[in-house]
Amino acid sequence: MVTTLNNSTPALRVKGLRKAYDDVVAVDGLDLEVHTGECFGLLGPNGAGKTTTIEICEGLLPADSGSVEVLGRHWETDARELRELLGIQLQETQLSEKLTVDETLKLFQSFYREPRDVGEVIDQVELGEKRYSRVGGLSGGQKQRLAVACALVGNPQLLFLDEPTTGLDPQARRQQWDLIAKFQAEGRTIVLTTHYMEEAERLCDRVAIVDHGHIIALGSPLELMDSVDVSHLPPPEPRKTSATLEDVFVSLTGRTLRDE
Amino acid sequence: MNERVPFPITEEMARAELKPLMKRRFRDRSMAQLTLVRFREFIREPEAVFWTFVFPVLLAAGLGIAFRQRGPDKVQIGVVGTAANSAALAEVLKKDSTLVVQIFDDSAAALALRTGKVAILVAPASATDSVRYVYDRGRSDAVNARVLVDRAVQTGAGRVDPVRVQDTYVTEAGSRYIDFLIPGLLGMNLMGGSIWGIGFSIVTARSKKLLKRFMATPMSRGQYLLSFLASRLVFLILEVVTLLGFGHFAFGVPLRGSLFTLFLISLLGALSFGGLGLLAASRARTVEAVSGIMNFIMLPMWIFSGVFFSSSNFPQVVQPLVRALPLTAVNDALRANMLEGASLAAVTPQLLIVIAWGILTFFAALKLFRWR
Repeated sequence: MVTTLNNSTPALRVKGLRKAYDDVVAVDGLDLEVHTGECFGLLGPNGAGKTTTIEICEGLLPADSGSVEVLGRHWETDARELRELLGIQLQETQLSEKLTVDETLKLFQSFYREPRDVGEVIDQVELGEKRYSRVGGLSGGQKQRLAVACALVGNPQLLFLDEPTTGLDPQARRQQWDLIAKFQAEGRTIVLTTHYMEEAERLCDRVAIVDHGHIIALGSPLELMDSVDVSHLPPPEPRKTSATLEDVFVSLTGRTLRDE
Repeated sequence: MNERVPFPITEEMARAELKPLMKRRFRDRSMAQLTLVRFREFIREPEAVFWTFVFPVLLAAGLGIAFRQRGPDKVQIGVVGTAANSAALAEVLKKDSTLVVQIFDDSAAALALRTGKVAILVAPASATDSVRYVYDRGRSDAVNARVLVDRAVQTGAGRVDPVRVQDTYVTEAGSRYIDFLIPGLLGMNLMGGSIWGIGFSIVTARSKKLLKRFMATPMSRGQYLLSFLASRLVFLILEVVTLLGFGHFAFGVPLRGSLFTLFLISLLGALSFGGLGLLAASRARTVEAVSGIMNFIMLPMWIFSGVFFSSSNFPQVVQPLVRALPLTAVNDALRANMLEGASLAAVTPQLLIVIAWGILTFFAALKLFRWR
């Protein structure tokens, strides 16, 4: 069933996308192309239209106009097949607190035709020790990892992650990054939104900056950083090293997870 | 590693290898998993278990004891006066075992009547064979006392009844309050279980955006809704068995009809109320909103559908409406089956009402359902 995509076929192609709510235009003529195998970041302030865009691509919202092509398929005609091929993590979802990690994943697994093994996914997100614990007793980071596990258990070709590390401590965040990098290393595609620039810098091959419902900048993080004219900015504080503050924090506090 | 985790290599790796060749086990299918989740969420909620299984039994026990049968009350009679003829009259009345006779002087007698200690005062008149009855004609117990006292007085004076009568006393299981109550409680419980159980779970899932998350998977929407009905069926058996078992063995409530029909009525009732539950939950976004809707649906039925007292107490004008309510139909069918031993054919009209409600509400719910 899994169609091998020609590398020239984009994993996601969005053209002239528009979506208006009662009082506000959320997405206003947005064009986007995500290549197969890349990690693509959507950045932008709150209310810029990132989530609306991503939910239209996920088939959760209808667009007012424009076209969306996911893995060479269209929501109007191939919805069922697309649901099999996508892994989705919604930022706002609260999984049932009374179920265990294992039960939650078995439920999600049962929806897919060719799922992954639950134990394997649990090991991948490092929730082995919590496998038979109730979701209600998990820490924030563990819940986020479980949400990603629910997205992975269907064995997706394309992963949509909406703010996958918001609210996590640096250890848990790096854990998520490793997970995402491993998924990409398998040749699959990721589209994520984030508010953290250094997350985008580390993970994403290309990023798009969205504001007022359309893309205002697009390119690799380096290209974008080079494109900024710094001459009118105040001179930066002299930096003795190239590390960021977060690097310092992590080097002092270690990379071990602290969410137990 | 947790002790309960089996060594992960052998079994799971083997399964991963074999997966494409293996047909999926029943347990791993989404319908089974969704239904299992319903069970787990229910039994891990102790309050829900209490309200579904323990509370109806406690209610039945409390009401059954409060309204148990005690036989007819004895009638309290006051005889007025302290003279010898009063004492003689009292002696005559005491021969009747249904009367409790006390002698009062004039002022105490008036007080006893006014405060309801006695239902009637009997005063010997000055003429030898004449008595006077003092009572309130508006009180039925006083009128009844008048009849009993008069019988005792006349018989005592030598009246012989022209017709000989014989009394045969019976105690009929099935005519007591508890017999009326248990089928009503069962109906109420079927309604509550379906409506609360389904309504709360769905709206909680919606408000936590879990419903939206499921929509992003290939999950079948029909299976999701059916899993609620499927899990209701298993709890239904437990509910019916607990409440009827308690009623039957603790109070001797009769089960005169076929148990199959009884189960069928309960099953159709639970499914039909399930449709109402889905409808109640079809659009609400918050648990508060759905609570209001569910109470709005259930309150009229608690009152009108004959749970605690017969729905025939309501005026003729509203009877067609009362009869059309699903809980009235379920309660009537349950009572006909349990108390009168009615056949399946005899309760078919009620079952048709129940089925009609189920179908209408289920499709209305599907039409209105908000999946996000």
